Amino acid sequence: MELNKINEYTWEIPKTGDMKVPALIYTSARLLESVRRDMTLKQARNVACLRGIQRRSYVMPDAHQGYGFPIGGVAAFDMDEGIISPGGVGYDINCGVRLLRTDYTEKDIHERRTQLLAGIFREVPAGVGKGGITRLSRNVLLEVCANGAEWAVENGYGTREDLQRTEESGRMKGADPSHLSPRAVERGIPQLGTLGAGNHFLEIQKVSEIYDEHVSRVFGIQSVGQVLVMIHCGSRGLGHQVASDYIRLMENKFGTRGLPDRELINAPIRSQLGQQYYKCMSAAVNYAFANRQMIAHWVRDVFAKVMGSSEGMNQVYDVCHNVAKFERHRIDGKDKEVCIHRKGATRSFGPGREEIPEVYRSVGQPVIIPGSMGTASYILVGTSEAEELSFGSTAHGAGRVMSRHEALRRFRGEQIKKEMESRGIELKSTSWKGVAEEASQAYKDVDEVVNVSHKAGIGKLAAKVTPVGVMKG
Amino acid sequence: MVEKYRFLRHTADAKFQAFGTTLEEAFINAALATASLMWDLEKIEKKIEHRVEVKGKDLKQLLMGFLEEIIYLLDSKMFLLSSPENLRIGKKGSLYVLKALLKGDKYSEKYEIHGDVKAITYNEMEIEQNARFMVQVVVDV
Repeated sequence: MELNKINEYTWEIPKTGDMKVPALIYTSARLLESVRRDMTLKQARNVACLRGIQRRSYVMPDAHQGYGFPIGGVAAFDMDEGIISPGGVGYDINCGVRLLRTDYTEKDIHERRTQLLAGIFREVPAGVGKGGITRLSRNVLLEVCANGAEWAVENGYGTREDLQRTEESGRMKGADPSHLSPRAVERGIPQLGTLGAGNHFLEIQKVSEIYDEHVSRVFGIQSVGQVLVMIHCGSRGLGHQVASDYIRLMENKFGTRGLPDRELINAPIRSQLGQQYYKCMSAAVNYAFANRQMIAHWVRDVFAKVMGSSEGMNQVYDVCHNVAKFERHRIDGKDKEVCIHRKGATRSFGPGREEIPEVYRSVGQPVIIPGSMGTASYILVGTSEAEELSFGSTAHGAGRVMSRHEALRRFRGEQIKKEMESRGIELKSTSWKGVAEEASQAYKDVDEVVNVSHKAGIGKLAAKVTPVGVMKG
Repeated sequence: MVEKYRFLRHTADAKFQAFGTTLEEAFINAALATASLMWDLEKIEKKIEHRVEVKGKDLKQLLMGFLEEIIYLLDSKMFLLSSPENLRIGKKGSLYVLKALLKGDKYSEKYEIHGDVKAITYNEMEIEQNARFMVQVVVDV
């Protein structure tokens, strides 16, 4: 495909054929090689053909092929002319990351880190088939979906301060769980408070480098060696079911003719079905917020038991990776509400935006970018430039380069564990095969991904963290 | 032995082709391929049965609905599929209808689940009839 190089970190797919706008790719020459190998660019072009799309179809530095929209795709649509698409959000609605800080240093926990990891492994249900908390009633589940992390805090999981430091304050107000299908509810009931499997993980980490001292300090990150805890999971089967339900409902109602890919199925934002999807998606977002809120609470409990105290274990932030929202952005010089889809992308609002908690409003929002298993993760800060460049969005992780099947053929879980242990990283998992599938070699180089984000200006580096103990779902 | 299914290269998700001398057999093998991403099929005992009935306005929607049953039954009933039996595909008016008996067991500690299939997708889905039937599916993992 013909690409115009705009600068060292930005490429453009010019507007041709049915495209309503050009597509912009934030990447580097090196990352572009792997992006060119799959269908990412074609999918970015398909998104640019959708009704009501604003400015550009954007592709983040960690992008890879998705279904319909690429993973790492960002697109905003006009509220009246535009569409909302389950494929533009993804199946794991509000897959996201929560970061807790601690007052402990790596030295403090060194002797007891095996105990810490074992304790977390015991308290946080993980892997497929593992039930969550004692069986919930349908009504309680609907309450969770209506109130998100607020429900969790009201029921003794964590503090109100956590809510302030969560995207959307832990609750999408547009949620209406009464539209959830019986199947979505049935899948949601046994899984609340579970980490899940696949690429989901929980890590005890240490700060290994600080790039921006001021910003890091505002986020509660003061020194190299400080211990942090990162939780990566989403809305589990409930969210997956919402996506599947609405893909089917939308294709039955609107048909798929004229769509280059059936997974691009969508509905006008103002249509009844479009509104219903938004309400159910928001319910799934809330379920995921509650999920991470509960897991964070159990992690604090384990630290309190093993280390004697969980004081100072404040939440840095909690971000969504897969979501559609109504946000205001400047478009053609005018302030305008749009329906933004971030699929495998993190919001990265700069200083001043009212959506950011007051404590961070002077510096920009924390952007948490998890690496792959055993590699570094990064804390970035949102920028005002990002609002112009990518509707305030940046990367969300490393992004795969190798299929799970290929990874299974090439790697052995036991070997990976040994290799990580030799680097001082402990690993616990429910499955060796699962470990092999998540081998870090199957992912893009996260260092390069965040470097592109920093250089392109869509999210600036604040700190680098590396794992000490990894629990893989 | 005739190849039942085969996994293909895909960056992030799992992509497979499943084969059969009949459409029904290809659908059964697609179910086995899907389940094989989560557990070892040979290790699952056949102790429990779930009867499923799925409708679709075309064969692709029918296939998606059928494969979704596997993950729905896992999440809601902790059911691990060993094999689909008595699978029949027919037509009722303008709709395709699939009926099958899913045999398997309830999850317990003796089983290892090594992967998570989040959803079945239409991405690159194909249903072809040449010398044999072939269905191609990408699942979100």
